[in-house]
Amino acid sequence: MSKSGDTTKRRPSAKRRQESRREFLRSTALVAGVMTVSLFGYYPVAQGVSLRLRPPGAIKTADDEQEFLASCIKCGQCVQTCPVEAIKLADLADGFAIGTPYIDAREQACDFSCDGLQCVLACPTGSLTHDLDYPADSRMGFARLDKPSTCLAVQGKGFKGITRGAQFNGKLRFDEIDRWNPIQLKEHPFDLEICDLCVRLCPIEIRIAQCDAGKPPSNDPNQCPPKHAITLEPIEDSDGLQRMRPVIQEGCVGCGVCEMVCPVEPTAIVIDIDKVTEMV
Amino acid sequence: MNYILESLAQIFGRKPTRPSKEQISDAAQVIHFEKKQHKLTQEELDAARQAHAKQSNKWLKRRWITLIVVNLLFVVSYYFDVQLLEGALTASRFVGFHMADLNSALQVMLAYKHLVLNLVIGTVTIFVLWLLLGGRTFCSWVCPYHLLSEWAERLHLWLVGKRIIKGRSFHRGVRFIFYIIFALLALLTGYTVFETISPTGILSRAMIYGPGLGLLWVAALLLFEVFVSRRAWCRYVCPIGITYGVVGVISPLRIKYNLKDCHHEGDCRKACLVPHVLDLTIKGRVQDVEMDVSADCTRCGMCVDICPTGSLKFEIKGLSKLL
Repeated sequence: MSKSGDTTKRRPSAKRRQESRREFLRSTALVAGVMTVSLFGYYPVAQGVSLRLRPPGAIKTADDEQEFLASCIKCGQCVQTCPVEAIKLADLADGFAIGTPYIDAREQACDFSCDGLQCVLACPTGSLTHDLDYPADSRMGFARLDKPSTCLAVQGKGFKGITRGAQFNGKLRFDEIDRWNPIQLKEHPFDLEICDLCVRLCPIEIRIAQCDAGKPPSNDPNQCPPKHAITLEPIEDSDGLQRMRPVIQEGCVGCGVCEMVCPVEPTAIVIDIDKVTEMV
Repeated sequence: MNYILESLAQIFGRKPTRPSKEQISDAAQVIHFEKKQHKLTQEELDAARQAHAKQSNKWLKRRWITLIVVNLLFVVSYYFDVQLLEGALTASRFVGFHMADLNSALQVMLAYKHLVLNLVIGTVTIFVLWLLLGGRTFCSWVCPYHLLSEWAERLHLWLVGKRIIKGRSFHRGVRFIFYIIFALLALLTGYTVFETISPTGILSRAMIYGPGLGLLWVAALLLFEVFVSRRAWCRYVCPIGITYGVVGVISPLRIKYNLKDCHHEGDCRKACLVPHVLDLTIKGRVQDVEMDVSADCTRCGMCVDICPTGSLKFEIKGLSKLL
């Protein structure tokens, strides 16, 4: 037994040597193959395909979210805490960003109805940084009036009915209806002389109004946003029609509610995901 | 000490060593000699197998149930919003207490280069947990890919048995090379490259948050294992196995081999995901009458189930003696 063992050690047979050479080649091919597949994951990141609106507190700079992708452990705990289910996880098509949380604002925006930034608290790696305490501290992106000509307010038009139609399942929390449970937008029709949904439903503006009325959220004055996010300004025009224009202000956090509630298709107002956007 | 070094060597891909005559204890030498004198006939071996056939999947059942229950806990917890086990296998909270998969946490730490307290708590918790439970126990008792891969393995072995395909093997050392490459990639590029293709993470998230394109990659891996190489991902690629393997090196939960009654027919090695750890069951190999199987073992218990003579058993080092 030990004798045959010694002979193999000294001089493997030609067949064995060939087999071990083949195994070596196969193994090299395996390494090359798996590495190639995994490095394909860089393509969507390099192309910017994986750039998306991230939950509040996501650590990223204006043009780079490498840190965010590095620190995210891809567990989805943020997804689980969101009361309006705004957070989704990226798929394999996002490459290295697979499993990272993002928000598709038009489908379901973050309306801060958890008040306490639950996703930030749930994040185990600080990928959603714990440096922020209140909704107004966050900066997920920045709103922009993308198509002023289609904006109802700019056209001087009002809005009546259900915004986004009966098929739309997006939710919002309406404090005056139910403080704790968000309801579907289709359960809440509007009748407005001039459309101001993006201003009226803005979570920051709602908070400012509550504070002005002496009733800050959770009775915590710290919850009061220091700056306005969006206001409706009159447009000087000669045709005598009262026209208004939503103007994005410095306090916009990019939560995406305005994009979600905009009744026109495609939406007149959008969220840019760059955190620092030049003020218009 | 020997156990630790031998385990590490095996985890990093070296072939188990064949001991010289001097390294084999006297007691073991006596048994090896006796066995040489009295060779078992094929009939005797078959009879032993037959006698054992009925009671041979106790551990398999326990393991599959555990694996399914753990993964279902994640799913159920989110689906019914009961906040029992939140998150996915990469990181989670068990009734509020942080847990982080060691390999995912390592990748994040290497890529991000900052330590957050929650992640440290989660990592230490999981480290202690798997230290007590055997390290690679994670692979066979929790990892969802392991279960799919086990089914793929059965198909593969059936195809090989029918001579429809020929199984290919790779050098086990490549797993260590993958480990180094993925660690370096995380450190240098700042992207957790391995997570992109980790079937463990993809499957766990798919079960909890709904299926996605990632499942195509998992399917491709399974097809590769069915038609090309048995258990290829777990055996030759997955860094999670190495991370937990290293933890298992100092774990008290092991498989213990007893030379006395062993028939050396090799059924255990045929069933094993990592058969090199069972090389000590080859005739004349083992250095002592009783020896622990190295830490690359996933503690799946297949060998315990299949062994007709009870020569392989679960043991908790230190505790088994007390009991």
